[in-house]
Amino acid sequence: MSSDNTNTTETTQEARMGEGVDSRFNSTLREAFGSSPFILTKFDKFMNWVRGSSMFMLQFGIACCSIEMMHTYGVKHDLDRFGAGVPRASPRQADVIIVPGTIVSKFAPRMKRVYDQMPEPKFVVGMGSCTISGGPFQEGYNVIKGAEEVIPVDIHVPGCPPRPEALVYGVAKLQERIANGESAPVTVAPYELEQFGDLDDDELVQHLADQIDEEELVMRYDWAESPSP
Amino acid sequence: MSLEDPTKPELDAGETTEGVDYDALESLLGEYAIGRESHVNAEAFVVRPDEVQAALELLRAEAGFDHCSCVTAQEYEDRYESIYHLRKYDDPTQEVGVVVPTSRDDPVSESANEVYRTADWHEREAYDLVGIEYDDHPDLRRILLPETWQGHPLSLDYDQEQPQVVEFSEHANPLKEDHSGDAESDTMFLNIGPHHPATHGVLHLKTTLDGEQIADVESDIGYLHRCEEQICQNGTYRHQIMPYPDRWDYISAGILNEWAYARAAEDMADIDVPEYAQVIRTMSAEMCRIASHMLALATFALDIYGDFTAIFMYAMKDREIMQNLLEDLTGQRLMFNYLRLGGVAWDLPEPREDFFEQTRDFLDELPEKLEEYHNMITSNEIFQLRCVNTGVLGPDVAKSYGATGPVARGSGVDYDIRRDDPYGYYDELDWDVVTEQGCDNYSRVLVRMREVEESAKIIDQCVDLLEEWPEEERTIQSNVPRTLKPEADTEIYRSVEGAKGELGIYMRADGTDKPARFKIRSPCFSNLQTLPEMSQGEYIPDLIASLGSLDIVLGEVDR
Repeated sequence: MSSDNTNTTETTQEARMGEGVDSRFNSTLREAFGSSPFILTKFDKFMNWVRGSSMFMLQFGIACCSIEMMHTYGVKHDLDRFGAGVPRASPRQADVIIVPGTIVSKFAPRMKRVYDQMPEPKFVVGMGSCTISGGPFQEGYNVIKGAEEVIPVDIHVPGCPPRPEALVYGVAKLQERIANGESAPVTVAPYELEQFGDLDDDELVQHLADQIDEEELVMRYDWAESPSP
Repeated sequence: MSLEDPTKPELDAGETTEGVDYDALESLLGEYAIGRESHVNAEAFVVRPDEVQAALELLRAEAGFDHCSCVTAQEYEDRYESIYHLRKYDDPTQEVGVVVPTSRDDPVSESANEVYRTADWHEREAYDLVGIEYDDHPDLRRILLPETWQGHPLSLDYDQEQPQVVEFSEHANPLKEDHSGDAESDTMFLNIGPHHPATHGVLHLKTTLDGEQIADVESDIGYLHRCEEQICQNGTYRHQIMPYPDRWDYISAGILNEWAYARAAEDMADIDVPEYAQVIRTMSAEMCRIASHMLALATFALDIYGDFTAIFMYAMKDREIMQNLLEDLTGQRLMFNYLRLGGVAWDLPEPREDFFEQTRDFLDELPEKLEEYHNMITSNEIFQLRCVNTGVLGPDVAKSYGATGPVARGSGVDYDIRRDDPYGYYDELDWDVVTEQGCDNYSRVLVRMREVEESAKIIDQCVDLLEEWPEEERTIQSNVPRTLKPEADTEIYRSVEGAKGELGIYMRADGTDKPARFKIRSPCFSNLQTLPEMSQGEYIPDLIASLGSLDIVLGEVDR
């Protein structure tokens, strides 16, 4: 500490911040705190704010939308500016999954597995019309009518495909929700993976009984009951 | 473009200087041909289901039909039918169809796998979706739908409402057992995908490793099977089908795909396209090709040395420019829906001068950019180590698997539909088909990069033409009936050069305004089949490089 106390114009804020701290560290935010370097908030609120400000996205490409998703990560749109743009290759390191494309019956159980591998708290952004309802492929015999048939979705970004700006907006909205501590509304009960032996014993199950083991995990699709065009 | 006919010293059986002499082919087939049909693109011979191999072998060996372009399966009220669309790599305008009818009670037909390796996957798809069985097929399993699927969705009596149960086992344990098979065996089983950064989408590779080397690799596809064929069969010719081609090969190759449908439908219904519209089509299609090849380059660099910062971003930047131009032209960044039967949706954006200027700016900057790419990629020692002499695919193997596009041209197969079976405005312009003789990953990348230059040449000439086009002659659309109803039993197979290779459409009309059968011949589907040939005995990183160099897009593989 300097022993020269002749500088009597020092403000309280300057005095509390002390010397030795480079002025570059005194951001606008820091100045906004005013004279006190301390903030008083609820721990949960602080955690939510932190969570929303630093999100790791899963590198997850399915269909057409993933091309626009790559453009969102790329130059020009640069999602990383908003603290949400570092794609992680492993679901175990990610906390947001953007579902960019059509989900078909063969892929849905695999996507569920990827989602299950992500640590809590985790969030889902459904990108494009296919993840809302099956989109242009809704009438297909093999197409799941929206991501919410499989996993809960926080934010839907409509479009076919949505522009990168739309995805940026969707992610920003998600960050806002997380910061406010809002959680995913589950509007449709997601399918669960069930053991084959637990399925209702109907014609189809009897037919498959010699092919599938009792303990095998399966997904059952009742097309007649899913939202139809 | 050089338009000289390839002067061949000898003519194949059934070939004349004019093209194919179908009467000579019929006498060559002799008693194998039990009937003859006329398709719009070529004549077709009807062959008994137990004589398929013999007839195809004759056509391949004697008549020179070395390219089994597509296998279409369909069901009629009274029979099943498989159609083998054959053509020649030297001259794809020489085509012939082989029609194999089978009874509804016992739909079994001989496999063509022995003659054309590419028939392997095509026949599995036919079995999966339509329900025809193939004798002598090495591995007749479902290919696109899950193993437990009930029914064949493109057959006539399929009930779409029935429930389905799908197993989870295949991928339940990503590292199945350390040692597959008995304890003595020292191979290891490894799943790559279906969610993996290097598989370019949702592809699952079942890999068996012997130490670090690949003993066997099997592609498990169908994770993006979006029923494109069914949806096209449910749409009307005039407007409802055109939006879907954009979504087959979705890497900005939309207009190239739309052209495949437009060409097939226009030839089927005998629709003319104004010259002005053809020039616009040619220009926008080549813009798509550049954007598509840029992404191939970006992801390839990402795959083989994780270059997310330089090459990926540079290529993305250039794609953004291309996408902006295409957006100005079509109104959309990715799913253009710009072509119409008989023309295009609308004229160039006003003010035209601005559009031309922006296009020219891109073309002017391109040589410098390409030089930078070459400096960073192809002359990079690490890159060369990874690519030169890895993933070798010989020309004969490539042909037998029906490989087309940059994959075939990287193996020295001089085959490009734009030149060999001209459409649009390509035969009026000056450009070259790029081939490389290396047959390895490096050649395939080089072919793509050089094709970008050729595409730029084409765009440049189109812009010149469009600039000087007299205002009163700018017809973008010919007269097309509001409802198209091609005559019943008109059949056509037509292809164009998509970004990944030969993209073909087979359509059969039944007198209504919707096609009775709509079959897509996807270049990626055939190209991906070559992966085991390229990677067996190589290391895993080379497998990833080979996969990247194939530049597959799963939307088109699975359709």
